[in-house]
Amino acid sequence: MPGSNRGFSAWGSLEGVKAERMDDFRGEAISWQLSAGVIELTLHRGPCNEIGSLSLSELEKFADELEDLSSKAHALIIHSTIKAGFCAGADLRELYHRSQEMKKADAIAGVRDFLERIHRVLNTIDAAPLTTIAAVHGVTFGGGFELALVCDLIIADKMARFCFPELRLGLIPGFGGIPRLKRDLGNGVVRDLLLTGRSFNATRAQAAGLVSQVVGEGEALRAARATAVQLGKFDRQTTVAAKRFIKPIPYEELKQEIDLFCHLFAEPAVEAGLRKFVESTDLQPYLP
Amino acid sequence: MPTEQQTLDEILNLASTHFKVSRDRLKPDEDFFKTLGIDSLQALDLLTRLENHFHVELPDYELQGVTDFRTLAERIQARL
Repeated sequence: MPGSNRGFSAWGSLEGVKAERMDDFRGEAISWQLSAGVIELTLHRGPCNEIGSLSLSELEKFADELEDLSSKAHALIIHSTIKAGFCAGADLRELYHRSQEMKKADAIAGVRDFLERIHRVLNTIDAAPLTTIAAVHGVTFGGGFELALVCDLIIADKMARFCFPELRLGLIPGFGGIPRLKRDLGNGVVRDLLLTGRSFNATRAQAAGLVSQVVGEGEALRAARATAVQLGKFDRQTTVAAKRFIKPIPYEELKQEIDLFCHLFAEPAVEAGLRKFVESTDLQPYLP
Repeated sequence: MPTEQQTLDEILNLASTHFKVSRDRLKPDEDFFKTLGIDSLQALDLLTRLENHFHVELPDYELQGVTDFRTLAERIQARL
């Protein structure tokens, strides 16, 4: 079926599963829990919370629930229980293998569908009427970095590292990274991260204005919980008004990013880059 | 400013402590991936520890292909 994206749609949409509202959920890739006005969204899929079809489906479920959850909460904390880090980004192995199973046009359509779905999730979290905190440690790369960037605050363990390695694959970040980095940082820092593909440690990220607090090893979640308690002291409507005033969502640039990503994905260099990554036995495959 | 030898010693001590490998087993010119038994993610962890310890930035691409402590010390020394 040329032009169809059924291959990617079969990656695991949870359409039709929506039932009663859930304050707590335990999935294979993510879980969430609402307690004392704070939602904790936990990432817990090895090796390092790579975002593929399973994670996306569960994140969509979370996004569907967020409106209801937000009515009972003043803060959302996103964190990982995986030792290696917060999130290593998109599941490139799944992307490569699924792309190999279908015609090029179908693969590109499938990628666009996947991106539009993850953008809907991330835009929902970005716009959520509560204060959102990413509590990060270790690897916070690519799509994982982009997930952190939708949050209002980033609290980083001193061992956290941030990186956009996409250019080595012949791609740009596809989960909204560039528009959201531009929203938060000077263009020079954005170019440094994007064009060199180098990683920043937490201290450098804080100096750049990306991270609000750097804390000791293993302390990010504790610090995020303490911050969430503080957030609960303020009038909810005022907080929401302030957030909307100072944190516009760059919808037009986000759409352009999807278009550019899909355009680049059609280039032969991407398939070669993905294959090299998937087959790599390099000791330092994360290096651009 | 520390000498390059002092920087090398500090790296070896830090690696020994963190990866729980006897300091006597760590040789400046040997492959630290093999000696420490670490993979790429643990190497990233080592990089972050070194940056935090020496208060320097080490761009990943400057370390591409670096596998021995002595060269690592040279790279750090150049940024002190």
